[in-house]
Amino acid sequence: MSIHVERLSAWYGGVRALSNINLAIAPLSVTALIGPSGCGKSTFVRCLNRMHEEVYGARAEGTILVEGVDIYAPDIRPMYVRRHVGMVFQQPNVLPTRSIFDNVAIGVRLNGLASGSKVSERVERSLRQAALWGEVKDRLSVSAAGLSGGQQQRLCIARALAVEPKILLMDEPASALDPIATLQIEELMNSLKRTYTIVVVTHNMQQAGRVADRTAFFLSGRLVEEGETARIFSRPEQKETEDYVTGRFG
Amino acid sequence: MSATMVDTAKHPFRPDRPALDARRRAANAAAVILTALFAILASAFLLYLIVYIARLGLQFINVSFFTQRPRAQGEAGGGWATALQGTAVLVGLAALVGIPLGLATGVYLSEFGRGWPAATVRFLVDTLTGIPTIIFGLFAWVLIVVPSHSFSALSGGVALSIIMIPTVARATEEVLRLVPRELREASVALGATESRTILRVVIPAARSGILTGVMLAIARVAGETAPLLMTAFGTSFFNTSLLRPIDAIPLRIFDFTLSPFQTEQNQAYAGALVLMLLVILTSLAVRWATGGFQPRGR
Amino acid sequence: MQASMTGSAVSAARQRGRDWIARLRLQAVRRPGDFLFRGLTYLLVLLVVAVVVGVAWVLLSGSLPTIRAFGLSFLTNEAFDPVHNTFGVRPAIFGTLLTSAFALVFAIPIGVGMAVFLLDYCPRRLRAPLAFLVDSLAAIPSVVIGLWGLLVLAPWLQRTGEPWLQAHLGFLPFFQGTPHGVGLLAAGMILTVMILPIITAIAREVMAVVPVAQREALLALGATRWEVIRYAVLPFARAGITGGAILGLGRALGETIAVTMVVGNQASPPSLRLFDTGYTLSSVIANQFGEATQGLFFSAVIEAGLLLLLITLLTNVIARILISRLGRARVGGLTV
Repeated sequence: MSIHVERLSAWYGGVRALSNINLAIAPLSVTALIGPSGCGKSTFVRCLNRMHEEVYGARAEGTILVEGVDIYAPDIRPMYVRRHVGMVFQQPNVLPTRSIFDNVAIGVRLNGLASGSKVSERVERSLRQAALWGEVKDRLSVSAAGLSGGQQQRLCIARALAVEPKILLMDEPASALDPIATLQIEELMNSLKRTYTIVVVTHNMQQAGRVADRTAFFLSGRLVEEGETARIFSRPEQKETEDYVTGRFG
Repeated sequence: MSATMVDTAKHPFRPDRPALDARRRAANAAAVILTALFAILASAFLLYLIVYIARLGLQFINVSFFTQRPRAQGEAGGGWATALQGTAVLVGLAALVGIPLGLATGVYLSEFGRGWPAATVRFLVDTLTGIPTIIFGLFAWVLIVVPSHSFSALSGGVALSIIMIPTVARATEEVLRLVPRELREASVALGATESRTILRVVIPAARSGILTGVMLAIARVAGETAPLLMTAFGTSFFNTSLLRPIDAIPLRIFDFTLSPFQTEQNQAYAGALVLMLLVILTSLAVRWATGGFQPRGR
Repeated sequence: MQASMTGSAVSAARQRGRDWIARLRLQAVRRPGDFLFRGLTYLLVLLVVAVVVGVAWVLLSGSLPTIRAFGLSFLTNEAFDPVHNTFGVRPAIFGTLLTSAFALVFAIPIGVGMAVFLLDYCPRRLRAPLAFLVDSLAAIPSVVIGLWGLLVLAPWLQRTGEPWLQAHLGFLPFFQGTPHGVGLLAAGMILTVMILPIITAIAREVMAVVPVAQREALLALGATRWEVIRYAVLPFARAGITGGAILGLGRALGETIAVTMVVGNQASPPSLRLFDTGYTLSSVIANQFGEATQGLFFSAVIEAGLLLLLITLLTNVIARILISRLGRARVGGLTV
């Protein structure tokens, strides 16, 4: 699914976090958002699934068209935006009181997407997609809290995939993980982009170089530049971009 | 590159299963309504209770309530001067014993206590808070009342003082811990001894918090009835000796409520009003002193 | 070898003791102010400890006569009968358990529901005042609640409430029998009101610290607000809420005055009939102490107190453990 962001601005109370963002995200690809801390990339991504407005006092203005539909239209409920625009967070947030199986199944069950044995099928499928099936297939009823950090994050990915979203948002998904787990997540992104449109926030430029087809550079709430990843890193058009990718700041 | 808006009726951001969606929304709405109902009912009950007691209490309150002794059973008139005296004496006694003990415990836990002795003391003090107050009345009854063959103000004061200890101790400890290290270090650097530091620097710095703890403890014991049933016992005469029974506001409320005489039941409302005012005023004073009304939540 | 090892251990202890006394002496001479201050503080703390231990000791030793005379049958004997010199607390225990269970059944859902409202659904500006009102319920003295209970609630129950319950729900064993107004139902209702504040306060505390990430996990799947609460917040706060409930139970078990005023203080044959009068462990003490000045009667009253002490201590310890654990788990590499 394609995403067209037009004139998006966002605030936390009186503080403006995003100014007039215009960005198009290509379908079935990985788009990376880079930029220094506090530049608004997380805020941006959270606007894409209307999570931003869950913070007290936060608001957003502008238009975000997903497959041509403005998700901020008044007749659209955030609940169903989030159902189709999935999200994986920086810190793995499995539900510790539930089993691995239940963690993956919960979105499916809540949204009534399957019942009975179909649920198990979906769970298996999602866990395979998240490259976790082999490691947990014999202990699906064990508490999810017993998994390692990397496994928990892949579980969160499986959970998000289980509801078959069109778009997957990932907010620094590997920053809390060790290098090996990080690599696994990056490989995942590569395989998942055949089925999902992926937007990844990362503070790690090398990661962006490895996984992303296109990259967008944010600075102080503005979108500075966007384009093919290779070009952004080798021949950036804006000076600020060049300064950032060559490590002069951030 | 902007895209044209698509007919929103065909977009995917709609419920997959409308019936299920309706049920989910209904469940959420029910949750909102039910929980709101609970919260409103509880607050409404509190307000109703206060207003009800106040209304009836005001009806039967007058000057003689504060100045006269109770009349014989069933006779109209009379007052609760004995109860007022009693509560003042008992609370005073309790404070006399309870405050120093509580303070010392708080100081110990904050300044000196270390390792298992401190942990034990803290555990024991915390245990005190969970014990039903009638147990302390029972304790004082066995220890003082029964051997001396007399109910007494002394035994009541003892029972109440035990109740005060944990409240004062906990508040004192918490507030002393908050005093910054720099203050203590500065005092020591100026040559003050440890006891001088604690007495002249640390405790005064924490004095409003300690006062709060003391006021809370006083408000709590002023309203206690159970420990007084078997110790102070109540009387309709002014108390002249700590070794004799003594009246108290909660005791008299208890007796008069259970009384078959309407005049006494009426006065019970007045007594309840006075007691509630005492408690509410003290709590409000505490809240005001600590800058209360802090909202809790996300 | 053994002898010299214990020998050297003993002499090492003796030496430590001598060192300690020597240090104290030095302190007393060099820093008399500190020595006195510390000494006084320690003395007072010791007094507090002595009091706590003393309470337990007095109750225990005072109960010994009846413990020896009746043993466990104290728990099953029917009544306090000074004429025949037999004493038992079975109706008291029954009344305590029934009224406390009643209170928990209602106070837990209402208390947790109130906490949910205050934290999630309530408009921000209303939060503080509403929370203040709800918490203030705890400050009302027990005797005032008892006053309202006896003079307002009980007559209403007898005239209106209990007959209504019997007419509409009379098939349930709870609502059969003669309406008395005072009795187990009144006591149960009073207890519900009295333990509500503590249950809801703890529920609020515990739910407020559930990490936002847990809520977001569910939100991101398209959950409704209620689903977030039900599947993310409440399970996470489970242990703490249970702890709060047990604390509430402890409070209910030990509540004396309000219960004594409305429970009727007359035994009824044991049954689930809430309209019956009854009494509780705490009300037994309040009612019986007057004549109980010697012998087994005296000791029986004390044993009732001992029992009460033991069960409230137990519930408080369990509650404390549960609340301090708060259902910790390793999520995302952090121990939450």
